[in-house]
Amino acid sequence: MPVPEKLTRMLDMLDMVTDRNERIQLLIDVANRFQEVPPRISRRPFPEETRVPACESEAYVFAEERPDGTLDFHFAVENPQGISAKAMAAILDQTLSGAPPEEVAQVPTDIVYRVFGRELSMGKSMGLMGMVGMVANLAKKRAGAMERQ
Amino acid sequence: MSEIESRGYVHSEALVSTEWVAGHLKDPGVRVVESNEDPLLYSSGHIPGAVEVDWTRDLNDPVRRDYLDRERFQALMRRLGIARDTTVVFYGDRNNWWATYAFWVFQLFGHDKARIMDGGRIKWLNEGRPLTREVPTYPESGYEAPERDDTRVRAFRDQVLRHVEEKRPLIDVRSPAEYTGERLHMPDYPNEGALRGGHIPGAANIPWARAVAEDGTFKSAEELRALYEKEAGLQPQDDVVVYCRIGERSSHTWFVLTHLLGYGRVRNYDGSWTEWGNLVGVPIER
Repeated sequence: MPVPEKLTRMLDMLDMVTDRNERIQLLIDVANRFQEVPPRISRRPFPEETRVPACESEAYVFAEERPDGTLDFHFAVENPQGISAKAMAAILDQTLSGAPPEEVAQVPTDIVYRVFGRELSMGKSMGLMGMVGMVANLAKKRAGAMERQ
Repeated sequence: MSEIESRGYVHSEALVSTEWVAGHLKDPGVRVVESNEDPLLYSSGHIPGAVEVDWTRDLNDPVRRDYLDRERFQALMRRLGIARDTTVVFYGDRNNWWATYAFWVFQLFGHDKARIMDGGRIKWLNEGRPLTREVPTYPESGYEAPERDDTRVRAFRDQVLRHVEEKRPLIDVRSPAEYTGERLHMPDYPNEGALRGGHIPGAANIPWARAVAEDGTFKSAEELRALYEKEAGLQPQDDVVVYCRIGERSSHTWFVLTHLLGYGRVRNYDGSWTEWGNLVGVPIER
């Protein structure tokens, strides 16, 4: 199963940015584009089942079904200093919203290392991988429902 | 008496307030150092004039599991324009978790003129104080570092084993679920995992963040004594070993016991659970 095309392009682009400072600036710019989940999808207090396990930045993930059966992903990050979580959320939304759910379901959690590099603490890695895993799980459920239809 | 002094710490000079830092931004005898868990934070905005010390790139040996050696520490100090008599003020995210880690590593090289900015990055932000994205440069210093001294504030596994046999006190600063062994498996993260769950026999469990008040500042000496002395049974004259998973969270507790409560003999076991939980034949309690 291929990784969604937009995500592949994003990861390939990040691979080319080998200077650490340049990559950090790029990810900060991405984080600045983060948009919180709209109130029509969810409001505070966000349901516990939408909370990313092990994410210390208190991130939440939501899925909204499009008419074509694919999903739009939305996020909330409660930690005001959770800039990496916001960058990850923006990347996942930008590259996986609208992609075939069966492909999104196969996205490996270790893409966080291609995004941020290996220099992540365990806590930070687990939280970011938890965000990817939660998106993949939502897509897996959607792909299963589509198969049954 | 300052607000920090009024909290009754034994060495209140180890802490400085955000206000103090704001008043020393251009003091050539002071270098402000930001150390974070989040690798993007410093570049997204930091205290004007602050330099970054990154825990993975700057403080660790690039190959072995160990801290940087004398040559690397000296080169780092020179690059950051820090002299032997510069007062280094650390601050960072996550309630100064990584700031106290950097502070502790600096103590391996005896850089005693070190302080923590109480409340860390979040307090500075919440007070509406300025941030900049401008990365400062300072003239290279002529820092002459001594050899790293691992005897004063660092403990190794064989010493910890003897410590256990002698029934001396330990503090496990991990979460209760890690302490009991309920949480062991670290999915997709083999580097910091352990084969066995539980804790070092005799260790009391006081999660590190319990030393911090809601606004990110350290709790008062009285509150800290209630935690570590009434709850965990420590005494200031005790020989104490603190640990967590890789020695970073426990550096925060090391700072509290050593500087705020004035304990004379506290060592951080940086091998921590990732070493102990993988060692063959050592005792484990659940």
